[in-house]
Amino acid sequence: MFSAETLQKFAREVSKYPADQKQSAVMACLALAQEEQGWLPPEAIEGVAAYLGMAPIAAYEVASFYNMYDLKPVGKYKITVCTNLPCALSGGYHAGEYVQKKLGIGYGETTVDGVFSLKEGECMGACGDAPVMIVNNRTMCSHMLPEQIDKLLEECK
Amino acid sequence: MAMLGSINGVLMEGLDGDNTWCLKDYVARGGYAQLRRILENRMSQEEVISEVKKSVLRGRGGAGFPTGLKWSFMPRSFPGDKYVVCNTDEGEPGTFKDRDIMRYNPHAVIEGMAIAGYAMGANRGYNYVHGEIWELYKRFEEALDEARAAGFIGQNILGSGFNFELFAHHGYGAYICGEETALLESIEGKKGQPRFKPPFPASFGLYGKPTTINNTETFAAIPFILKMGGEEFLNLGKPNNGGTKLFSVSGHVNRPGNYEIPLGTPFATLLEMCGGMRGGRQLKAVIPGGSSAPVVPGAVMMDATMDYDGISKAGSMLGSGAVIVMDETVCMVKALERLSFFYYEESCGQCTPCREGTAWMYKVVHRIENGLGKAEDLDLLGSVLGNIMGRTICALGDAAALPVQSFLRHFGSEFEYHIEHKTCLVPKDVQWAGSGFHKVQA
Repeated sequence: MFSAETLQKFAREVSKYPADQKQSAVMACLALAQEEQGWLPPEAIEGVAAYLGMAPIAAYEVASFYNMYDLKPVGKYKITVCTNLPCALSGGYHAGEYVQKKLGIGYGETTVDGVFSLKEGECMGACGDAPVMIVNNRTMCSHMLPEQIDKLLEECK
Repeated sequence: MAMLGSINGVLMEGLDGDNTWCLKDYVARGGYAQLRRILENRMSQEEVISEVKKSVLRGRGGAGFPTGLKWSFMPRSFPGDKYVVCNTDEGEPGTFKDRDIMRYNPHAVIEGMAIAGYAMGANRGYNYVHGEIWELYKRFEEALDEARAAGFIGQNILGSGFNFELFAHHGYGAYICGEETALLESIEGKKGQPRFKPPFPASFGLYGKPTTINNTETFAAIPFILKMGGEEFLNLGKPNNGGTKLFSVSGHVNRPGNYEIPLGTPFATLLEMCGGMRGGRQLKAVIPGGSSAPVVPGAVMMDATMDYDGISKAGSMLGSGAVIVMDETVCMVKALERLSFFYYEESCGQCTPCREGTAWMYKVVHRIENGLGKAEDLDLLGSVLGNIMGRTICALGDAAALPVQSFLRHFGSEFEYHIEHKTCLVPKDVQWAGSGFHKVQA
């Protein structure tokens, strides 16, 4: 189900917690599974649950509770735009609209070629750098004015 | 640059180099000297806690509870596992100070946590890092590896016999995990839903063991307090409001960013440090402590001081020190609509008043903003928020209700205008220009 490398990373996460608390690693393992597979198909969630010796439903609960897990396929690049108030004051809404126009999709949608998905996000804790976006849950992009957005989309192709 | 400006800076002083986050750099700045001093001199746990109490360091995450007192609640002689947990789940809209601490001074957090572990007899700690700042979660893991290799955390630290294991745990997109018991549930590998209190974490915390949870900035201040002495730290601020504090300033100022200033500094001084209002426009309102704090009219803010008591006097809360500045281009209805959506989206769903109430508040503010408001909507909002406040397990319900209550109190006429005229007092193009997002066409 998972590559040897991913399994090795699972083991490292499990080692952070007391021996009888393997379930503590579920968030990290789900994130790693998503990193490997691009999203979290049911089999991946069940695979993580089996690895940690927890009930599959308990792993589903976690996967469906936290916003950064993708329970449906997403594009190669998932762009999450913060539109919360502090970002909005510095162009968060407009940055989101600009990306939507450029990609021709709305929030929660994926481009036909499967390259981009767009998501409206909540506070990323970087309000001083507004407008802010995150690519694939990993890379925080600051001060996303039109020129920077153009550059980002160009680099992602 | 770590800080855009500071007055008597402590935590973030001298962080202008390229590798300030590396162990070598931290040690050269005097880092880990306090942990070493405590262990080598075999300072008693009481002495350490007493120094923290003297500093009147108050929790920097939002509640402002005195840290020394919190530490003294831990049953330090209780045999068995005890935990120290750091809350870096920084997701309160407006707050971005812990991100810079993690970026520029992660070892101060590690040293602070190790000292806390020693003082409270805890041998294990976790730092819960906001999933959205992934790069800094990775950086913190690197810092942990460095500290472990140098013998500052792990077994038998500096030959003292004191053991303290420390790990990083990441969140993955849930504001509620900033609530300390939700955070513990999350570390246990569950949905982040807050627990009933009591029992408090000091008696029943992580895995049911005694646990103390502090904010990142709180832990980062500890080594400095031990270095300068609690009293000197207190004197940097003002009575009952010890020390300096980081303020995250966002919104309509010329230089949004983090500023470290003594508690008690006038808001007007902070605003000046930020280069004043963007485009020289008029200050309309400020949310002085993160989105959960009541909004304060600009004129009141200009007379307020930035400390727990000063902001409380101005009718709000200092919270996490997130200062959201709004100028005359802001439509207060639209601003509240976005905040209300946030709480609706982030309510964990456990308590009915919050789950249902946040949805109602968003729905009603949304229809007012979109020209569909009814005359009775303001009373309806008052009734809904009254049925949330004080009726939920955690503070998210109140946090959702307070903005609604304060926006209506101070800017009620804008809501009435919206309902009556089906449009905003502030023209859309003026609102748009306020954001500073130039070039509109794709």
